[in-house]
Amino acid sequence: MASNAAELPDEQTLRTNVRMWLERNWDPDRKLVEWRRMLAETGWGCPEWPEEWFGLDYPSSLANAVQDEIASFGAIGVARSGVRMLAAATLLEHGSAAQKSQFLGGILSGEDTWCQLFSEPGSGSDLAGLTTRADKQGDHWRINGQKVWTTSAHHANYGMLLARTDWDVPKHRGLTFFVVDMKQPGVEVRPLKQMNGYASFNEVFFTDAIVPLDRVVGERDGGWSVALTTLANERRVADGMRAWGSVQAGTGGIFEELAAETRTVNEPYKWYPQRAGRPDLVISQARAADLDQDPVVRQAIANLLILEKSSQWTARRAREAHLLGRPQGPEGSLGKLAASHVARAAAEVHTMIAGGEALLAGKDGPLDGLIAEILLSVPAISIAGGTDEIQHNIIAERVLGMPKEPRTDVDRPFKDIPRN
Amino acid sequence: MKFSFTEEQALFRDIVRRFVVEQSPREEVRKVMETNAGYDPALWQRLCESLGLHALHIPEKYGGQGFGAVELCIAMEELGRGLVCSPLFGSSVLAGTAILEAGMAQDRELWLPPLAASERRYALAVDEGGGCWDAKSLTMQYTQQGDTYSLSGKKTFVVDGCSADVIVVAAREPETKGLNGITFFMVEASAPGVNRRLLDTVDQTRKLAEIDFNNASAKLLGTPGEGGSALERTIDLCRVYLSNEMVGGAQRLLEDAVTYAGTRLQFGRTIGSFQAIKHKCADLLLHVELAKSAAYCAAEAAATGDPEFSALAALSKAMAADTYVKTAAQTIQIHGGIGFTWENDTHLYFKRAKSSETLFGQPAWHRERMLRGWQI
Repeated sequence: MASNAAELPDEQTLRTNVRMWLERNWDPDRKLVEWRRMLAETGWGCPEWPEEWFGLDYPSSLANAVQDEIASFGAIGVARSGVRMLAAATLLEHGSAAQKSQFLGGILSGEDTWCQLFSEPGSGSDLAGLTTRADKQGDHWRINGQKVWTTSAHHANYGMLLARTDWDVPKHRGLTFFVVDMKQPGVEVRPLKQMNGYASFNEVFFTDAIVPLDRVVGERDGGWSVALTTLANERRVADGMRAWGSVQAGTGGIFEELAAETRTVNEPYKWYPQRAGRPDLVISQARAADLDQDPVVRQAIANLLILEKSSQWTARRAREAHLLGRPQGPEGSLGKLAASHVARAAAEVHTMIAGGEALLAGKDGPLDGLIAEILLSVPAISIAGGTDEIQHNIIAERVLGMPKEPRTDVDRPFKDIPRN
Repeated sequence: MKFSFTEEQALFRDIVRRFVVEQSPREEVRKVMETNAGYDPALWQRLCESLGLHALHIPEKYGGQGFGAVELCIAMEELGRGLVCSPLFGSSVLAGTAILEAGMAQDRELWLPPLAASERRYALAVDEGGGCWDAKSLTMQYTQQGDTYSLSGKKTFVVDGCSADVIVVAAREPETKGLNGITFFMVEASAPGVNRRLLDTVDQTRKLAEIDFNNASAKLLGTPGEGGSALERTIDLCRVYLSNEMVGGAQRLLEDAVTYAGTRLQFGRTIGSFQAIKHKCADLLLHVELAKSAAYCAAEAAATGDPEFSALAALSKAMAADTYVKTAAQTIQIHGGIGFTWENDTHLYFKRAKSSETLFGQPAWHRERMLRGWQI
């Protein structure tokens, strides 16, 4: 371990030290996992983590400097892609020492892949209404139920599982957070085909799957607050996702391993740009279709551009307020809702421009099917990661301070509540 | 910075807001809108003396405060929020900007100090009924005899035209087209041949006049025939000032809607606890914030001489107008029956929203202008 939280290095010294260490140790012919294990041990893989657990307790400014130095040297960092960082953040906050020591190393080296087992067919917006059950039997928990929309479940070896352990208390108080082994007979993973033809997610079926007692994260029946940590980190990971899009290149066996890993991780997200409506394609498409002078099309394009630009500016206002250390204004909560509006407006314009060809997909469709993919992917943006309706509720209640809807499901035993 | 206000600007906003709350409550607005002049001279005097808003964007050398477009936009947003009835917009903002943009040094020295000293009030006469304040479509021609000029023809939608002392008029050199030949003049409102009529308007808080010029004597402002781009820039700047006024009004409406929804009881609950109302309010917040971002961005572009300024002015005008009208209509809806009464204040904002939607060109026209500005 290179440092102590009480005595932070100055940035220049830090950069020099990182570089010197890289010059001595970086070898592109090493195995990827072996390299990441070495890097993680120095604390420079995740310098913002606690010193006790692969980190150095650095503030984000110094942690970013280390990452920047590793990247500009051309070396590879620790594994950060996919759901693994959600698992890490949750374990760091709520996990036992034994759990941290068992799982964090494999997360950073990339050996272990994780998935998040929260959503269920019967509980989407109302996550706390989930019904996958965990029953304690002797020295283990027995899991039965079904999860859905699980990214990476088909290749993950661990899952963060939220399951019901007490049915006689109100819904939020009877949930427990587990780490479950995905590679066991009681776990069946099936791809879930979406309306746009891709199968980016999975359904996961638990039939008497086994979880040892020491795999409970946090308290028994205290899983809701643990899950909130995971969810709070989800937004940050979604923001970081854009960075994985580009594959870091270089010569040596280690880069081939990295490229394969990146391909696997990125695979489920390849239609995400289309989900956002691709407003960037609208003007070139209108010109190609000779509709760029059509007054109706022009009005639609102009409306879309106004929405898109004012959304970008609103995000900039939020970022600048944050940088200036000012309290977050309403502009910080609107990005997801604005993105839905932009995507829908873009899909409408693409339809109008495509004309009759809006009937066609694949090789027969405009842009080899890309336009069809846009039209068939946009409906996801107002659902995934919290529906627009839930966003509206959150904004109305937390930003505008409007009264909450009276609820009938929070102050009585879960078993008495009507459900799917 | 482009996406945040400085501490000083935030402080200035607070000062204007406090003044508006204390000095121009809605009872005051209702009283003043019933008068022909459309403003309260005593309030106007306080606005000038304590805040100096009438001379905010006029350079110090002409007796003004020397602030820029961003500060003027902040003032406009706050006045729009309070629906303040004052000659600020027609006189300082519209006519003052025209003199700043079109006038040569000696014109500015002549005309700006009386404005900055709040001794005289001006108005800007451009539109002839088209409603877009489009420089290219001006038809009024001036007549020149030696060094003297005169004007004949009709101008309309002149903001505060009936209460102004001097009218800034845009006309063109005979036989010219487009932006060529456009020339600014100053015409004394009391001069022979000037006939003003107060128009009956949807929005009582903004007085408009129709002005007939019949061989009225006019003084030249700026260089003859070269006022085309000054006119375009003047109106674009005024579109941005108006956009900021509009987002101030929209924000206030949203607050009124949320407050009302939090107190009105139906079916044993506040109506604000129903998702039908909450979702409407959240959606309004989204659009008001988007429109603010556009208005602030255009204000900055005005202040920095951004080459995209004209397109951004068009964008902000379209966005602010659509948002203000939508917010006003939804605020009436959220209020239900009471929202449709004269007694409730929402209609005052609704009418201001409708008048602002059309003033200087409607949203669809601006969307088209925006695309052309970007060579699309």
